[in-house]
Amino acid sequence: MKSISGIPASYGIAIGPAFVFDRAEIVIETYSIKDPAAEWKRFEEAREKTHHQLDEAYQKTKDDCGEEAAEIFNAQKLMLEDPELINTVKNQVEKDLTNIESALYKTAESYAQQLEAINDEYLSARALDIRDVSSRCLRNLLGTTDSPAAALKIPSIIVARDLTPSDTVLLDKDFVLGFCTAEGGSTSHTAILARGLGLPAVVGVGTAIEDIQNGEELVLDGDAGVIVINPDQGALEEFSSRQEKFYKLQAEAEAITHQPAVTTDGHQVEIVANIGNVEGVQTALDAGAEGVGLLRSEFLYLERSSLPSEEEQYQNYKTIADAFGDKPVILRSLDVGGDKDIPYIDMPAETNPFLGVRAIRLCLSRPELFKPQLRAALRAGYGNNLKLMFPMVATVDDVLKTREVLEECRGELKNEGFDVADEMDIGIMIEIPSAAIMADQLSEVVDFFSIGTNDLSQYTLAADRTNAQVAQIASGFQPAVFRLIKGVIDAAHSNGKWVGLCGEMAGELLAIPILLGLGLDEFSMNPPAIPFAKQLIRSISFKHAQQVAQTALDLRSDTEIREYIQKVIPEVNIG
Amino acid sequence: MLEITVIIIHEVGLHARPASLFVQTAAKYSSDIEVTHGEITTNAKSILGVLTLGAHKGAEITIKAEGEDAEEALKALEQLVLNNFGEDE
Repeated sequence: MKSISGIPASYGIAIGPAFVFDRAEIVIETYSIKDPAAEWKRFEEAREKTHHQLDEAYQKTKDDCGEEAAEIFNAQKLMLEDPELINTVKNQVEKDLTNIESALYKTAESYAQQLEAINDEYLSARALDIRDVSSRCLRNLLGTTDSPAAALKIPSIIVARDLTPSDTVLLDKDFVLGFCTAEGGSTSHTAILARGLGLPAVVGVGTAIEDIQNGEELVLDGDAGVIVINPDQGALEEFSSRQEKFYKLQAEAEAITHQPAVTTDGHQVEIVANIGNVEGVQTALDAGAEGVGLLRSEFLYLERSSLPSEEEQYQNYKTIADAFGDKPVILRSLDVGGDKDIPYIDMPAETNPFLGVRAIRLCLSRPELFKPQLRAALRAGYGNNLKLMFPMVATVDDVLKTREVLEECRGELKNEGFDVADEMDIGIMIEIPSAAIMADQLSEVVDFFSIGTNDLSQYTLAADRTNAQVAQIASGFQPAVFRLIKGVIDAAHSNGKWVGLCGEMAGELLAIPILLGLGLDEFSMNPPAIPFAKQLIRSISFKHAQQVAQTALDLRSDTEIREYIQKVIPEVNIG
Repeated sequence: MLEITVIIIHEVGLHARPASLFVQTAAKYSSDIEVTHGEITTNAKSILGVLTLGAHKGAEITIKAEGEDAEEALKALEQLVLNNFGEDE
């Protein structure tokens, strides 16, 4: 038994054998031709045939998986008729007397590389499209039609380096249980297709995909983004029962996910999403998110070689905040240091990075890093409901210093004539025990709190969550952590401020009744968890949750708390 | 040679469906039509060219047309962009 992980792209659980999709590469030879007119005629015929195939693929995909997934074939048709592409190919055939296969292959490949060079997830997927449609046309020219898809005869989990739209259209959907790809992100073709089919998918697993052999038994967990290879009997039973319950609950929960989360006795809480980039917006809205409780700004800083400009940040933040209109979007300022490193930001090595210059400490010590982000946020928040939140606050002084820099930025922007948000709410993450203890004082200088349970647990229990030997100790279910959370919520409420939670616990069904009972106002989680969280909250009463939370606080360990909740609130056991 | 400058207000920029509509609209006219974003200029009838412009939301693009129906072509493309590619915000 072995586990590998990737990006959860479509949720649900699949169990079955691996079907390793191994596409034979077509071999393109280059040679000189004598009759360019005849060569061109071959191309015209192949293109016409390709057109018909694309129309068929469009119709079939539309029937199987809906319009969104099918639309790709119309885009591919447009690419094959691109006048610039055709001109380039024509020149190579007529002037250089190159054979049509080589001319088409080289031209399409050069466009694909240009699109990839822009380094944008959407355009990389279009690079795959131009390669897909040109190889379809090339196969028509060469008269080869074999696809590995034909070998799929039993229900299987499709495993591939990458899947093109043409590959997937040929798969018999009755035999597809789920998808696992080495490449791609949450907006890749495979991800869209899987969501359209309602099948689980894990994408972007990288080279670990080579560990999977054809025919091996797999468990694919599209919620967690995990694939278990050759699961043992225990794991198999666990996943099977989870799978069964999951499907039933999923159907019920999704049908009403756009309705609010109100307990049986009328207490409403806010259910919002954690997102990490612009692409996450649609997923969050579709899942029923009532806003964004945590927008991680790191996405703008990673995988590049220099700082993002104020303008680039402004555009991105504004796009996201505007997409949610009146609904709140909480932007968290740059949270790096500790285990998150950015190569072009010079951060001296520390003996104890988790206790060192990270997050707000780093930002306060580097105005050249901090100010462009604050300026971008103040500008982006004009005309929508963008809020700002600061991570790793330990003292009241941290907040006062941060507010000073923020006001300085606001003044500068006004002098420069920019429209800025005057009423932007400012909040802090509560993830350091000192901040939790000082919550009464801190709630006087901020508008809201958001509890970060991952860090709060590891700092409270003094157990590094990246160290496998002690990570278990750093559990958010420890009574000590719940007691701190209670203190934070009570302190904030007595000052008229609200409290959210954006750690992994907010989406954990076992934790929700306790957090609800403690009076948490906002739950921020990964989008796939939203329908389930809302459904759970609708099934219990606030009064019962309050009693349960009170009892849980008096238990002695995280295990006792988990067992207690499972016993008194059976609705948490969906799988 | 006629030219206009417009700003892309669509969420996804001049990508995906908006890019397809843009190219298909341009293709209806016999005039030569070029579109420029930043330092890149491309044939407005070429989907691959339009995609490589990388014109996101908020991008300013310049469209130039030359030929018999240049004026109509520019008007149609301008309308398409200003009407947010037929989508309500």
